[in-house]
Amino acid sequence: MPDVHTLVNDFVIKLKRRKIEGSQATAKLTAELLRSVISSQRVPYTNQAGALIDAVNAVGEQLIAANPVELAVGNIVRRVLHIIREEDLSLTTAAMAGLNMSTVSDDEDDGDRDNYPVLSAAVVAAAARSTLRPPSLQTLLEDIPDAAAIPHTSSSGDSEGKSKSADKSSRSRKLKHDVIEAVNELIQDICTCHEQIAEQAVEHIHHNEVILTLGSSKTVLEFLFAAKEKKRSFRVFVAEGAPRYQGHLLAKELVARGLQTTLITDSAVFAMISRVNMVIVGAHAVMANGGVIAPVGLNMVALAAQRHAVPFVVLAGSHKLCPLYPHNPEVLLNELRSPSELLDFGEFSDCMDFRSGTGSPLLHVVNPTFDYVPPKLVSLFITDTGGHNPSYMYRLIADYYSADDLVVQRRPGTGS
Amino acid sequence: MDPRRPPRTVSDPKVRQVGFFAVPEPISSSPPVSNISPSGNSLSPVMIPPPRHSSDAAVRPALLPPVASPGRRDSHIPSDLFPASSPSAASSYNDAEFAFSPGRPLRSNPARTTAAVTTSSSLPGRGFDSAAAVQASSVPAAGLTKIPSGFSEKAGNASVEVENEQGLNSKPLKEKTTKAERRAMQEAQRAAKAAAKGEGKAASVVSAAASTTVNVKPHKVTKSPTVAASEKKGGGGERAVEKERKKEVPPPRMQYDDMSRVEKAKRRSVVKQTEARNRVELFRHLPQYEHGTQLPDLESRFFQLDPVHPAVYKVGLQYLTGDISGGNARCIAMLQAFQEAIKDYATPPEKNLSRDLTAKISSYVSFLIECRPLSISMGNAIRFLKSRIAKLPLTLSESEAKASLLSDIEQFVSEKILLADKVIVKHAVTKIRDGDVLLTYGSSTVVEMLLVHAHELGKQFRVVVVDSRPKLEGQRLLRRLVGKGISCTYTHINAASYIMHEVTRVFLGASSVLSNGAVYSRVGTASVAMVAHAFRVPVLVCCEAYKFHERVQLDSICSNELGDPDVISKVPGMEEINCLNNQANCENLQPLNLIYDALPSDYVSMIITDYGMVPPTSVPVIVREYRREQLWM
Repeated sequence: MPDVHTLVNDFVIKLKRRKIEGSQATAKLTAELLRSVISSQRVPYTNQAGALIDAVNAVGEQLIAANPVELAVGNIVRRVLHIIREEDLSLTTAAMAGLNMSTVSDDEDDGDRDNYPVLSAAVVAAAARSTLRPPSLQTLLEDIPDAAAIPHTSSSGDSEGKSKSADKSSRSRKLKHDVIEAVNELIQDICTCHEQIAEQAVEHIHHNEVILTLGSSKTVLEFLFAAKEKKRSFRVFVAEGAPRYQGHLLAKELVARGLQTTLITDSAVFAMISRVNMVIVGAHAVMANGGVIAPVGLNMVALAAQRHAVPFVVLAGSHKLCPLYPHNPEVLLNELRSPSELLDFGEFSDCMDFRSGTGSPLLHVVNPTFDYVPPKLVSLFITDTGGHNPSYMYRLIADYYSADDLVVQRRPGTGS
Repeated sequence: MDPRRPPRTVSDPKVRQVGFFAVPEPISSSPPVSNISPSGNSLSPVMIPPPRHSSDAAVRPALLPPVASPGRRDSHIPSDLFPASSPSAASSYNDAEFAFSPGRPLRSNPARTTAAVTTSSSLPGRGFDSAAAVQASSVPAAGLTKIPSGFSEKAGNASVEVENEQGLNSKPLKEKTTKAERRAMQEAQRAAKAAAKGEGKAASVVSAAASTTVNVKPHKVTKSPTVAASEKKGGGGERAVEKERKKEVPPPRMQYDDMSRVEKAKRRSVVKQTEARNRVELFRHLPQYEHGTQLPDLESRFFQLDPVHPAVYKVGLQYLTGDISGGNARCIAMLQAFQEAIKDYATPPEKNLSRDLTAKISSYVSFLIECRPLSISMGNAIRFLKSRIAKLPLTLSESEAKASLLSDIEQFVSEKILLADKVIVKHAVTKIRDGDVLLTYGSSTVVEMLLVHAHELGKQFRVVVVDSRPKLEGQRLLRRLVGKGISCTYTHINAASYIMHEVTRVFLGASSVLSNGAVYSRVGTASVAMVAHAFRVPVLVCCEAYKFHERVQLDSICSNELGDPDVISKVPGMEEINCLNNQANCENLQPLNLIYDALPSDYVSMIITDYGMVPPTSVPVIVREYRREQLWM
């Protein structure tokens, strides 16, 4: 336990100091941390899922508070919670099916069962599932065959002839094991999301295309490079992306890989966009309404693209999908960085001090990190599960998260 | 002289009321005055009515009628036209009309009945046309001088005598090409004089009054004989006019992907330039040279550069190094250098001053182009200067001609640039209210003057300075504004959409305003205006009218200027990024440093010029109406 505590604290401090950059790295580290939290969590016999959820919630709350604008942390915490619920549910379903008929519930957190002891396991599972999360398309489709299939599985469950106690002990270990397995899978997914997105590049980039991007994003780099590997020849305009000018790095990478690259200033985006076929950018986070929290400057690019009817394509791994709806995201989901990125240190220091008597300095320097691109400006999202419309994002998000976890800060009801 | 303008009246209802409905009755009360006043009195459709003196209200009724009269006259024109052929119908009335407006060249073609049918069919449009032109107060000279030549073709030699006479008669008319700013003053003057003197003398009075103001006088002296001469030749008149109009269309710019022309230009060039290694394919048509390579070459050849005057040379170097930048500063520096050059100019023996000097100026200009491509404002100034040189009367001695040119340049600088800035500031400051948050991009001298002026007036506002690499001109503006005690916010262009929430007005400078309303300005201006448009923030563009240009442009690619690409790949103070430096020669990477972009007119709420505050749709009007004046001033 203490080592987990120190791990958590370390991570919290890193997040607070903004030492970790990039939502992918953050997501991966978060998932790994949560994995160790889960593995170190002692699980009681009863209500194992509840215990795990509580533990993850407690850690997740700290992490989210440490860097509220890094939405990937919250996303991963919710994903892990969702995994726990799912695994618990599938285990319960299997167990219920194995017992065929239960009179005494093992899990107090499933209150339904006490009230309706006569219900079949399938019905219970369906009910539990539906309470756990809103019906996704998959479950809607699966539910009916599931219910029909239950009698068969129940008979097979009988034939296994597991004793109740043996089942219990195996389940306690099994839940944790399954959850950790699933979290590992999640980490794997996060690591490979670039490749999965990049695989789709050939469908979107054809010959002689002119592509514009701003700043630097690993996803975009991989995407462009994947198209290049498929012998597509195209041209890339890279806007340098003030104030950090990461576009220079992207341009360097692209040139190293043999792509025709033109480096332009951010101010030239509007001038150049009339000759661009497609804007491909990375995102910081994708909100449930299809809006994008993106590196600063992209709203301008999106507006210019809209003006010239250029498709604005956002690449986002599934760890960037955030189940929250944005409210005033330009301000509330933003972060102001140091003025030193804009003005040399000391250059205007005489104007920025507070001694001038008026109480407020004459000069303010605003250096935001993110931009909010409203969904109407986005033409397409390309995630590791394929291309999606902005209006579909809420649905996609419902597949990954359970409704109970949307608010991590406030612990879900203590009863469950 | 086709109907260039639909038969419409003044568009602004307010102006129209002033012009038409104030006191309609005294149409025939004071014919000579009425003849004179239209150009001087009526408001241009693009004008914001200047603050009136109280005396004006009393003055106006007497001056107004002619503005209203064209419409009335139009209805009578058919009968007006052939008094000789149908004397019974309305000869007495026509006589009255003639007395009423002796100077109207429209009546110059009455003699021919054969032509009368065609003319009468075409005249309503023409009549209105000229009336509209007169109302616009700017091109009456052109309109009136051209109409007779157009007609003279049909009228033939029968009316030559009449025309010549009327050409002289219409001279006082032409002299009323007055400027909007002077109108109020002039009206008052004229009214006083008109009241003092008899009606018959009014014409001469006004011509005297007009000549006290800066006017087209030298030109007219030369111009009207030529018109009369062309009329004598009969059919030649229209063609000449046609030619002149065609000349006004700007010639296509040099396209640098045209190999033969580039070669030709190179042979002529003073400065040797090496072409950039990594040219951007999209911009083949623009000059892409290695920056900084000209400088040592120029230095070494300083004493061999015979044709270039030292003052011009100095300015050219300053352009090259970027010491002088900004449309106005460059333009003024160039004109002052030309002044120096003209001062030191001596006509070589057996050469014509105007021709030789024009050639000299052209060579200077091409030298300056080699240092840095001309801005549109400089192009306009050069056009002005050349037209002035071309129109120097041959009778002037060399010293007189030089003095006249020097004073012309002086006047252009003071009136078209410095005074215009003041007028713009005066207009624009009315748009700043207490509590405003004003956003500006880059560094524009006019906007800076405006902000400082508003601050001096004690208005409470905050300024957001948006800046962009590579020039970071905003920092210098910021420094000056903060030095003046104006509260400022500084940010980079990408954050424009973050900061735009709190902004209430966007003030932008412009390098030029093109005839389709596009604003050609520092690169990034279009982005800022677009964001402002998306956030429903009004965008006000401050631009002197001498920078307007009849060229049209839809995007920023067809015509632009490319800066030094190396400054793009170098970010000062960011060592980890400057890895591109050693790769700059890699053929796949082309840094692109655009200097300008074209801001589409629908993002512009208002253009503030020295002629007032106009919507971008009025730009072609200003360009058309005031360009002649500018050239012939």
